Amino acid sequence: MLSPGRHLVLGNVACGEGAIRAGCRFFAGYPITPANEISQYMASELPKVGGFFLQMEDEIASIAAVIGASWAGAKAMTATSGPGFSLMQENIGYAYMTETPCVIVDVQRSGPSTGQPTMPSQQDVYQARYGAHGDYEAIALSPWSVQEMFDLTVRAFNLAERFRVPVLLMADGAIAHIKERLIVPEKVEVLERRRPEGPECTPFGTEDPSGVPEMPLLGEGYRLLITGSSHRPTGRRDDSPRYMRMKVERINEKIRRARREITDIAAHHLEDADLAVVSYGASARPSYSAVKRARSMGIRVGLLRLRTLWPFPEEEVSAISEEVRAILVVEMNIGKMVREVERAARGRAQVVSLPKVGGVLHTSDEILEAIRRLRQ
Amino acid sequence: MRTLRYLRERYVRELPTLFCPGCGNGIILNSFIRAIDQLGIPQDRLLCVSGIGCSAWIPSPYFKGDTLHTTHGRALAFATGAKVYRQDLVTVIFTGDGDGAGIGGNHLIHAARRNIDMTTILVNNMNYGMTGGQLAPTTPYGGPTDTSPYGNPEHPFDLVELVSAAGASYVARWTTYHAVELTRSIMEGIQHKGFSFIEVLSQCPTNQRHIFRIRAPIEELPTRILEMFAESTYIRGRPARTDYFYILPNIPAEEAIKEVNEALGGLEARARLVDHISYGRLIRVDSEEVDRARGILEGLKVTERVLGPLEGKVELGVFVKRERPEFTESLMNIIKRAQGC
Ligand SMILES: Cc1ncc(C[n+]2csc(CCOP(=O)(O)OP(=O)(O)O)c2C)c(N)n1
Ligand code: SF4
Ligand SMILES: [Mg+2]
Repeated sequence: MLSPGRHLVLGNVACGEGAIRAGCRFFAGYPITPANEISQYMASELPKVGGFFLQMEDEIASIAAVIGASWAGAKAMTATSGPGFSLMQENIGYAYMTETPCVIVDVQRSGPSTGQPTMPSQQDVYQARYGAHGDYEAIALSPWSVQEMFDLTVRAFNLAERFRVPVLLMADGAIAHIKERLIVPEKVEVLERRRPEGPECTPFGTEDPSGVPEMPLLGEGYRLLITGSSHRPTGRRDDSPRYMRMKVERINEKIRRARREITDIAAHHLEDADLAVVSYGASARPSYSAVKRARSMGIRVGLLRLRTLWPFPEEEVSAISEEVRAILVVEMNIGKMVREVERAARGRAQVVSLPKVGGVLHTSDEILEAIRRLRQ
Repeated sequence: MRTLRYLRERYVRELPTLFCPGCGNGIILNSFIRAIDQLGIPQDRLLCVSGIGCSAWIPSPYFKGDTLHTTHGRALAFATGAKVYRQDLVTVIFTGDGDGAGIGGNHLIHAARRNIDMTTILVNNMNYGMTGGQLAPTTPYGGPTDTSPYGNPEHPFDLVELVSAAGASYVARWTTYHAVELTRSIMEGIQHKGFSFIEVLSQCPTNQRHIFRIRAPIEELPTRILEMFAESTYIRGRPARTDYFYILPNIPAEEAIKEVNEALGGLEARARLVDHISYGRLIRVDSEEVDRARGILEGLKVTERVLGPLEGKVELGVFVKRERPEFTESLMNIIKRAQGC
């Protein structure tokens, strides 16, 4: 593990370090570029703190083992890239349904399919939201720096425990492979799982206004029925419309209700802006430098950086759409989150997409050029 | 011996089950419960993991203990995570032939390869029961199913060979007819440190009629299939009887048996109709003078072939019992090494 203080490390290493500091003691994964350094870090560091690293036979098994370990009491994580993320979807859905806390890192690479294995993208952002079948609300975070690979991994674990959900860290091949400064704090804030105290519990239902039930563990005598099939609050399988509706509504509501607590944005130079750039992850880096350059040219533009993609920071984007004339959405895909921005802006500001595919980041020139065009 | 009532109250969450009447899953639940009761394992130290299918319902919801009912084929992978983190939990996996050998076949061989300390009970009913009787990777060659109406063009897995070759350290096969042996085997499997695999050939009266070519009313099927399991299996290492053989007739066995009886005439012999797992309806001939009886019947017009006692039968018993480093122990050693102690 890294000592508290300054380090120069890869984004993937920061992610692994953040996980261990957040209490992760179980990791299961399958090799894939550009996520490999996370596995390597966990393989070497987890045993030192008494944790377990497993290399499974595929990504389906990796997420399955993570969910099994979570019910056994572990804070657990897996890391992959697009192809593996696709394979995991069914079991991620199982985690939503069974309300299993765990963390899934998708170090996005350029696709579809095998695509460009070593090159970054942000093409899986909708898969993060809608990849598994059925209805659920997802939590997906988007780090833009090595420091945020650490910070948001910690946050992902805390959110997973707080809401009993799988949390997705949507990194990308650029952030994963950048080496830059990481400050490991002396102490990180770690949230522990809320567990039932008495001998009785309803693992899948609660009167609590948060909608998040306490989570019992395997081997504690609760005689749990954990199932991905429709079930009653007790866990007993029951596919009557009433119980399925209760379940689906609650797992959606518990996240919707906490939208404010979960959504996280960073605003740069937006105070007096009449133009805004919305971006996230690695794309926010050239966006940031383009905004600064535009500012020096006297253009009043700011950057809204999404640190949570899901739930989408709708209120924040909506508020900005009232302040600015136009919003430029910069992302490394064919134009995806731009649809959410349009939805939040409701026509109050012009929304322009600046997509980029091919496995390369936007240059700040490209973004600056687009900002200047917005001005006209 | 515990009374059924004691076992039910203590270990079964609810009854009746939702299995079809006569399904083999009840027998397997029974054997499992007897095994853990005889081993004296507190049920709260047990974790039952299952995938998707009728077989997955054996523990979930019927076993009154911790159950993790997962996704189709993935039970072993879920169980691996749970077992590694809670090594004190006695972990038993219930899976079907489609679940464990079809969609989950990869996890099966890898769990066996790791030799992780858990016991897998694979319910082999030679079809995808829950979805209505489709072709499975265990359906016999030529066997008609819903999705092989002209006969199965594929060959079935020999799961015992597969899992043994993959590295499991305890491997057994039984049928639901052999409930006592199965119970003993589950006990042995649980006590064995390493990956224990027990295949159980099971009756699925709802879907096996065509596979086994049994023409009988549905109520008779469970017994017919169980008798067929008894008839067409043999147990490794037990001396085989030699005082009988089978006639595979070229006309329906029900008709052929008349001629067989006539031909046997004054001999000390008895002919009867039986079901055979590989050949369907046959005539079994038991005789004190087996060679003479055979000689007579070989030449009979209705005789397609004469089959020896073991031909086409399924071997049962314990196939593998060996020591190999176990996965969770190896992981604990890694932790010690990493911590430098
Ligand atoms: C990914 C996925 N594919 C297909 C199914 C549909 N399905 C449910 S049960 C089943 C067959 C189970 O067969 P088997 O494992 O042999 O169990 P049995 O019902 O015969 O005991 C299938 C294919 C599913 N639930 N999930
Ligand atoms: S379909 Fe077959 S395996 Fe499933 S419950 Fe009915 S008899 Fe049993
Ligand atoms: Mg089956």
